[in-house]
Amino acid sequence: MSLAEFGIVFLRALMVFGLLLVATIVNIWAERKILADMQARIGPNRAGPFGILQTVADGLKLFFKESITPRKVELGMYMLAPFLAVIPAFLIFMMVPFGRPFTIGGNEVALVGADLNIGLLFVLAMSSMAVYAVVLAGWSSGSKYPLLGGVRATAQAISYEAAMGLAMVAVVVYSATQGDGGTLSLVEIVERQNGTWAGFIPRWNLFPQVAAFVIFLLAIIAETNRAPFDLVEAEQELVGGFHTEYSGMRFAMFFLAEYINIFSMSAIAATLFLGGWSGPTFEDSVPAFISAILPTVWFLLKTYAIVFIFFWLRATLPRLRYDQLMTLGWKGLIPAAVVWLIVSTISMGFRQFGAPWG
Amino acid sequence: MSTYFESYLTVGAFAALGAVLVLVMLGVASVLRPTKPTAEKQLTYECGVDPVGDGWSQTYVRYYVFGLLFVIFDVEAVFIFPWAIQVDELGVFALVAMLFFIVTVIEGLVYAVKKGVLRWE
Repeated sequence: MSLAEFGIVFLRALMVFGLLLVATIVNIWAERKILADMQARIGPNRAGPFGILQTVADGLKLFFKESITPRKVELGMYMLAPFLAVIPAFLIFMMVPFGRPFTIGGNEVALVGADLNIGLLFVLAMSSMAVYAVVLAGWSSGSKYPLLGGVRATAQAISYEAAMGLAMVAVVVYSATQGDGGTLSLVEIVERQNGTWAGFIPRWNLFPQVAAFVIFLLAIIAETNRAPFDLVEAEQELVGGFHTEYSGMRFAMFFLAEYINIFSMSAIAATLFLGGWSGPTFEDSVPAFISAILPTVWFLLKTYAIVFIFFWLRATLPRLRYDQLMTLGWKGLIPAAVVWLIVSTISMGFRQFGAPWG
Repeated sequence: MSTYFESYLTVGAFAALGAVLVLVMLGVASVLRPTKPTAEKQLTYECGVDPVGDGWSQTYVRYYVFGLLFVIFDVEAVFIFPWAIQVDELGVFALVAMLFFIVTVIEGLVYAVKKGVLRWE
């Protein structure tokens, strides 16, 4: 591999990192502002215009806070858990194409961390890895509340992961018929959603796969432990949940991972169902520079639309009880996902292979 | 080097960069922050009172049943994903076979529900 190629690999990684960190800062601020608006409060308004630097100030503050290590912790795992939380969160976003490929000096730069042909499986694997962080943090703290939080997190995450995987399969089966054979690569899946039906309806997977979208959305909210599924860190029952014994910068790592996960899972949802970066670029009427930027703008708009749903639900719904959570997962979402998979597979079979009696 | 390995190299580079980022943040913080541990501070947190008993208390065994059920569904996914990307070439026979397979797995879930395994009380 030449130096230029290596440079491009490095450049890509830096690009994705920058995007994620900025997105996290904006996300935390946006959540506080939106929640405040919905509750008729003002929200952060001191640091910077509209309080947008509040997150930066909070982050800097955490650098100066003492990191208390209780005597009863299992030190190795206790130190390892923040790494296990942050790294998979970063890696999930790698698979997401966030703009149209462009060319620099003869080298094509695809606006995606890495285009693996097993993209979707990698996403599933990394979202399971995030569970390890929570479990290890809870277990290694040697304290009752974190332990309970960790055990809850495992049961919750694995329950909803099954539904999430089945919803993904329905999309894979559908998009296999939209192009040349099946694919798990997110780049491919986005390209197959380019264009329109009847001239004005975008060819998003959302329309033929609407049930899968709803199931997937509920599953990612549960998977990222957000309200109304935030039993992992239910303050009234478990103090802080799995990160009760973490403080200072180590706590900040879990916080960072949570917000990156929200952003990257929303990005995955936008990619699978809302057509990712596809959208009108108005190549004839605007300068080339703007039409090169536009796909990234569409992608961010779609992602933030889904991130907004996360915040909206948090302001609207009370937390579920644990038995309700499990009932919804095992008796609601998983059967629904399986039925939808069967329905969409059969209808795909009719379209692809014709009716058996015809 | 082929693009195939190049993308995996990017994944590795990315994971390493992530680890470095966490290390740098924790490292900078460990230089800047005060460290004054006292016996009270290092107690396990239990709402301000002295902790009672061991931290690794017993938990509900029911979580374990959900773990077992999850394994079934995850193994199912292992079979479904390869079929899903080859759905065109494999044709009608594989489609019908896969439907039988999915129905069999869901039958297991129905059995578990009827047995009352999934009831949380």
